[in-house]
Amino acid sequence: MVDRALVIGAGIAGIQASLDIANSGYEVVLVEKEPSIGGHMAQLSETFPTLDCSQCILTPRTVEVGHHENIQLYTYSEVESIDRDEPSGDFLVRIRRRAAYVNWDLCTGCGECQEKCPYKAESWFERGIGRRKVVYTLSPQAVPNKPVIDAEHCVYLQSKWELSAGRVPAAIGAKGNPAKPKCGACAKFCPTGAIDFDQQDTIIEERVGAVIVATGYDLFPMAKLPEYGGGRIPDVIDGLAFERLLAASGPTSGKVVRPSDGKVPREVVFIQCCGSRDPEHGMPYCSKICCMYTAKQAILYKHRVHDGQAYVFYIDVRAGGKGYEEFLNRAQVEDGVVYLRGKVSKLFREDGKIIVKGVDTLSSRMVEIEADLVVLATAVIPRIGNSRLAEVIGLTLDEQGCFNADNEEFNPMASNVPGVFLAGAALGSKDIPETVAQASGAAAKVLSLFQGRKLKDKVEAYE
Amino acid sequence: MSIAYFPGCTLSTNAKGYDHSGREVARALDIPLTELPNWQCCGATFPLATDNSMAFIAPTRILAQAQKVDGHVTTLCAICFHVLRRTQYFLDHRPEMLERINWFTEEPYEGKMRVSHFLEILRDQITWKGVRERVTNPLKGLKVAPYYGCLLLRPQKEIGLDDSDNPRILHDCLNALGCEAVDFPYQDECCGSYLLVSKPELPQKLAESILLSARKHGAQAIVTACPLCQFNLDYPQRLGGGGHMAQGGLPVLYFTQLMAVALGLEPASWGMESHYIDPRPLFANPKG
Repeated sequence: MVDRALVIGAGIAGIQASLDIANSGYEVVLVEKEPSIGGHMAQLSETFPTLDCSQCILTPRTVEVGHHENIQLYTYSEVESIDRDEPSGDFLVRIRRRAAYVNWDLCTGCGECQEKCPYKAESWFERGIGRRKVVYTLSPQAVPNKPVIDAEHCVYLQSKWELSAGRVPAAIGAKGNPAKPKCGACAKFCPTGAIDFDQQDTIIEERVGAVIVATGYDLFPMAKLPEYGGGRIPDVIDGLAFERLLAASGPTSGKVVRPSDGKVPREVVFIQCCGSRDPEHGMPYCSKICCMYTAKQAILYKHRVHDGQAYVFYIDVRAGGKGYEEFLNRAQVEDGVVYLRGKVSKLFREDGKIIVKGVDTLSSRMVEIEADLVVLATAVIPRIGNSRLAEVIGLTLDEQGCFNADNEEFNPMASNVPGVFLAGAALGSKDIPETVAQASGAAAKVLSLFQGRKLKDKVEAYE
Repeated sequence: MSIAYFPGCTLSTNAKGYDHSGREVARALDIPLTELPNWQCCGATFPLATDNSMAFIAPTRILAQAQKVDGHVTTLCAICFHVLRRTQYFLDHRPEMLERINWFTEEPYEGKMRVSHFLEILRDQITWKGVRERVTNPLKGLKVAPYYGCLLLRPQKEIGLDDSDNPRILHDCLNALGCEAVDFPYQDECCGSYLLVSKPELPQKLAESILLSARKHGAQAIVTACPLCQFNLDYPQRLGGGGHMAQGGLPVLYFTQLMAVALGLEPASWGMESHYIDPRPLFANPKG
């Protein structure tokens, strides 16, 4: 049996687990589906309750992963299949590396292609706050610092494929040569000739002795909250989008402005439990992180817009954790955030404002706020891809779609499959400290598995 | 195949215009309505204490009566519709309650009735295209705010008439008649309902915000499918004139009344005699 581990997902959980294993002298194969690592933590501005800059505390770890001699990193890649090899008990892993259309061996990460690309597209990473170039890395601190081309929005690739299918590409206007694909600016300006429009997906095979699943979470889509505008009101955004507004490296360079008109919002309403604790929406559970990140966002908003007013609608505040309750008090006492205990029944757009209709159950009054910006703390939900991965590995999911631990109380890092471990929000919503702790726990499980085998071999040799 | 029509109490008393125009429209569109014989009040509120079988007897009896008329009962009143539809849903899912209620009623309900609102017959059987083809007096240029209220749409799972958060059925109806459906954010707010009796100032306040919002978005009239909504929006405007209410008053009509006009029926079929804000001036100068 090989003493190598596969880690699926390179968010903070996967990064922590990989580093712990790699620093103990074992090899790690780390697979990430996005072009660069860091996961949701790379999207955040600051972390609670310390208000550390998220990028700043994350970057040393991502860089370490990128350079670690024991870590084989596959980004822009997904696990296709995992098979148990008998009798060795190893896992045979097939990884699909998606075509980046950039030869990363030649690419120096100079950024010239991103500079020259004339097209922009919506980006998952920026949550609709800003658009990125069609050839892109997720952030200036991206690891690896190698771009990928978004084939769906690349005019060159699309017109090339249209031509080879015998159609006239839509992107070619009256002036263009109908026999040649359009654009190709990135290829023209790349100093090392790294752009490779003919690149194909590749399949990589790896043999490992243990697996850690750290696939993280998604947010409940606003489209499923019609009472809160159903995602159709530009100035009603979710928590991660507000993080992008706050982030110094984000699309607005940390300036809090309304997506609709770029004005600074004077009244901001935060609504907690948007989908969470709501059986009607199929999510009876508490998402656990929203109370704290909402308080953080309200504080940071006040730090950016001193004369602004922040309101928070909450069911009740859950601030269990070291320094958490104090942090919440700080939001209310020092930064004057108004906490209203009650739910918002509906909101709508009128004359450029968002009319928020809610109730304050402590004063038993209906509340109506004319807000400039509304931030929804949408429920933390399992990744949609979990079910496919569960099938591939043989893991079980709970009714929500999170991975089941072998034993939630005494063995929360182990899955139902021997040799496969779990970490982070893939098991259920968690904040960063808890995620990191669990990831280190999962790494320790893998290490004790490897060490235990060695010990057993030694004992057998002695006997 | 005829459809059992359950008028309900309000349509026989305060909202005669709704009943009258509804029957006339059905006749004009060849919808074979047969008034349910020997009907009584539906109970007017859906009982929320689900172990209280007494409260279900009235609506269950209506369903049992309607069984005799081709298994399909329709209403115009949004409240009756709400009570009957939810009762039907409840009894379909609680067979033990159905059995218990059937001990009381002389004619057992077998649980296979179809309860529809008249709007659904228009949408699903006649279709809006079919309605449009029968329109002889298209109400071109008339801006009308469709007001859905609560009971016609909610709760979504049990009623299922339309998407309760983004309803279109009245919009589509208005468009079929040639008028312009005006979107306004208060289209599914509560009108205050029966609080009119115990706290009359409350519906008045709600009516004010609904009326002002509709007017602000350019509506010349409001249509509804509910007699209580109609009353709660129309009645507070009775003093008329300027004041803080919509200036000059905003007529509040039933969709059937607007249909009667658009289908070219005689004014005697419109049933517009007893509105506080008379809607008839809207149609005084028919174009074309």
